[in-house]
Amino acid sequence: MAVYPLKETKKAPQSQTKAIQWLKENLLSSTSNVLLTLTALYLIYLILPPILNWTIFDANFDLTADNDSCGREGACWAFIYDNFKMFIYGFYPQEELWRIDTMFGLIVVMIMFGSWIKKSQYRMHYIIGAFLVYPIAAFFLLHGGLGLEVVGTDKWGGLTLTIVVAAVGIVASFPLGILFALGRQSKMRIVKFISVVFIEFVRGVPLITILFMASVILPLFFSVGMDFDKLLRALIGITLFQTAYIAEVIRGGLQAIPKGQYEAADASGLNFVQKTTLIILPQALKISIPNIVGSFIALFKDTTLILIIGLYDMLAIVGAATSNSSWLGRNSEGYVFVAFVMWVILYSMSRYSKKLEVRFSTEHKN
Amino acid sequence: MFIKLKSLLYNNEVRAIAFQVLAVVFIAYFVYQAFDNMMLNIEQSGIRSGFGFLNDEAGFAVNDNFFLTYSPTSTNLQAFYVGIVNTLIVAITGIFFASVIGLVIGIARLSSNYLIRKMATVYIEIFRNIPILLQILFWYSTALSVLPSTRNSMNFLDSVFLNSRGLFLPKFIIGTEFYLVLASFIIGIVAYVFIKKRSTKKHDDTGIATNTIPHFLGLVVLLPIMAYFVFGAQLEYPALKGFNFQGGTDLSIEFFSLAFALSVYTATYIAEAIRSGIDSVDKGQKEAAAALGLRQGQAMRLVVLPQALRVAIPPIINQYLNLTKNSSLATAVGYSELVTIFSGTVLNVVGQAIEVIALTMLVYLTISLFISLVLNIFNKKMEIKGK
Repeated sequence: MAVYPLKETKKAPQSQTKAIQWLKENLLSSTSNVLLTLTALYLIYLILPPILNWTIFDANFDLTADNDSCGREGACWAFIYDNFKMFIYGFYPQEELWRIDTMFGLIVVMIMFGSWIKKSQYRMHYIIGAFLVYPIAAFFLLHGGLGLEVVGTDKWGGLTLTIVVAAVGIVASFPLGILFALGRQSKMRIVKFISVVFIEFVRGVPLITILFMASVILPLFFSVGMDFDKLLRALIGITLFQTAYIAEVIRGGLQAIPKGQYEAADASGLNFVQKTTLIILPQALKISIPNIVGSFIALFKDTTLILIIGLYDMLAIVGAATSNSSWLGRNSEGYVFVAFVMWVILYSMSRYSKKLEVRFSTEHKN
Repeated sequence: MFIKLKSLLYNNEVRAIAFQVLAVVFIAYFVYQAFDNMMLNIEQSGIRSGFGFLNDEAGFAVNDNFFLTYSPTSTNLQAFYVGIVNTLIVAITGIFFASVIGLVIGIARLSSNYLIRKMATVYIEIFRNIPILLQILFWYSTALSVLPSTRNSMNFLDSVFLNSRGLFLPKFIIGTEFYLVLASFIIGIVAYVFIKKRSTKKHDDTGIATNTIPHFLGLVVLLPIMAYFVFGAQLEYPALKGFNFQGGTDLSIEFFSLAFALSVYTATYIAEAIRSGIDSVDKGQKEAAAALGLRQGQAMRLVVLPQALRVAIPPIINQYLNLTKNSSLATAVGYSELVTIFSGTVLNVVGQAIEVIALTMLVYLTISLFISLVLNIFNKKMEIKGK
C-alpha cells in the first residue's frame, strides 16, 4: 500500500497576510472606499495640525513664564500651573487644604476597606454605615466646626465644588427619587397625581430655570430675615431636578419587574412595606443601576450650570483666573484644561456604565 | 363596635384614603406656610405683584432681533415675544444642523472604512463627554479671538461679511417684489410635492422609478432665483458705517457659537440613536435587499433606514427637546433668547421673580408638552404598522 505523506500546508500568499490584507479590507476595498479613505485623511490633515501646533509645538511649557513673556502663538501652560490650586480647591484657605485632601482620601480608604471585607457577613452593615457617617464627616471637614476653623461656602470652588454638588445631588435625590417613583406607580390617585405633576414639571423645564427659581424664589418662601446660603439654594435646586430624573429611571426598573413577583409577595402575606423593601425594590434598583449611573453622568455635566447663579465651579474658575490682570486673555488654555479634566472623568464614568450594562444584561438572560 | 374599628385599621382602602388625606394636609400646610411667608416678604421688600409689568416700557435694547419690531420703548410683553422667537430660531437652527451632522456621523460609525469609523467614534466620545456649557463658552471665546475685527472683516463679494461681531448678510426689502418671489418659491415647493407624489404612485403601480432630482432643482431652486431677477426684488446690503455694519441682517457671534455648540453636542446623541437604530435592523433585511439586486446605497436608503428610523426617531425627538432646553444656556454668552431677555434683563429691572420665572417655565413646559404630544402620535402610528 502506497503511503502518501501529508504535505506541509502552504503559507498564505503575501497579498493575504495580515497588514496588507487588513489595509485592503478596511481602507481600500473598492473605489468608493478609497475615496472615503482619502477624504478622511484630508480631514485629519485639516484638523489635527492646528490643534497639535497650539497645544504642543507652538506652546510655551516654561512654567515660570508670565503672561507677557509667554507669547501668543500657542498655549501658555504656565497659566494652568500657576492657577492649578484654584482649579482644584477654589478659594479655600491655603493652610486648610489638608481638610479637602483628607475628605477625598477618606473615600479611597473606605473603598479599599470595603473591597478588603468583601466576603465578610458585615459588608452590608459597613456600606450602610459608611453612607450614613461619611457625609457628616465630610461636612465637618469641609465646612468646619468641632474645633476646625469654619470656612464659608463662598470660599468653596473648583473641582472640589463640582464633586460636592454632584455627590450631594445624587445622594439626596436617591431616596426622594424612590419615593416619587413609587408614588407614580401607586394606586392612590392623589399621591400618583402629585408625583406625576412634579416629575413632568421638572423634566419639562431647563435646569437653569430651576436654579433661578431656587436662588431667587425659594428664599421668599421662608420667614423674613432667614439667611439662606447660596450654595444650599443651588443644592436644593439640583436635588429637585435630579429627583425627577432618578424617579423616572427607577420607575423604568419597577415596570420591568414581572407581575408574578408582586403576586408572590402578596401570597406570602407580606404587607406593603415588606413587599416593597424586600422583594420589589432590590430587584428594581438592580436593573436600574446602569441607568442610575447614566443619570449621574448627566448630573455631573450639569453641575457646570451653577456658574450662572454665581458659584465658582471649575468652569467659573477660568473666568475668575483670567479676569486677574496677570493672566488676562488666557481663556482658551483654561477651557481646554477644564474640558480635559471633565472629559477624563466623564469618559471613565461612561466606560464604567457600559461595563455595568453588559454585566447586568448578561445576568438577567435566562 | 371595637372589632369593627380594628378591622377598619387593617383595611387597605381605608389605609390608602387615610394616607392620602395625611399627604394632602401635609402639603397644604407647607404651601400655606410658604405662601404666607412669601406675601410677607414681598410686602416688606416693596415689590409689586401681578402681571401688570408686562405692559410697562422695557427700556433696553436687544441685540438679536429677527422678525419682530422691537425697540427700547416697546413693552416687556414684546420683549417676552422676542425672547420666545429667538429661542425657537436658535433651537430650529440647532435641530437642523444636529440632525444633519448626527445622520452623517451615525452612518459613518457603521462604515466599512476603518478610518471613517474611528473618526466618527472619536468625534462622539469627545463631544458628548464635555459639558455643553463649557463647549458654548469655548466656541464663543475661540470665535472672538480667531475672527477679524470689524474693520478687517472677511468680505465675500461685498455682500456678506464675517467678523468677530457676527455674520452680516444682505436682506430682502419687504415689498410687492419680495412677496412675488416668495410666492414663486411656495408654488415651486407645492408643484414639486405634487410631482413627487405622482412619481411615487407610478412607482407603486408599475415599478418604474423616475428621477425627480432635476424637477427639484428646477422648481425649488431655479424658479425662485429666476423670479428674483424677473421681478427685480431689491436686496439691502450691509455696509460699514462708523464702527459697525448697518443694514442687512446680522447673525451675532453669540448666536453662532450657541447654535454651533448645540448642534455639535446634540449630534453625538443623534448619531448614537441612528447607529442603534440601524443596528436593530435584522441582518436578513440587508441580505434580502442584496438578493433582490439592490445596490448598497439603495438597500440603505430603501430598506434599512426606513426601519431603523422607526427605532431611532423617539430618542431623536427627545434630543430635540433637550437641545431646546439647553438653548437656555445662551444666557452665559448673552444671546438674547427667552432666559437671557426675560429671566435676566426683565427680572433685573422689575424684580418680580415669581411672575417672571413662572412665565419662562411656562414657555418651556408648553414646548415640552407639544413635543411629547408629537412623540405619542408618532409612537401610536408606528405601533399599528408594526404589529
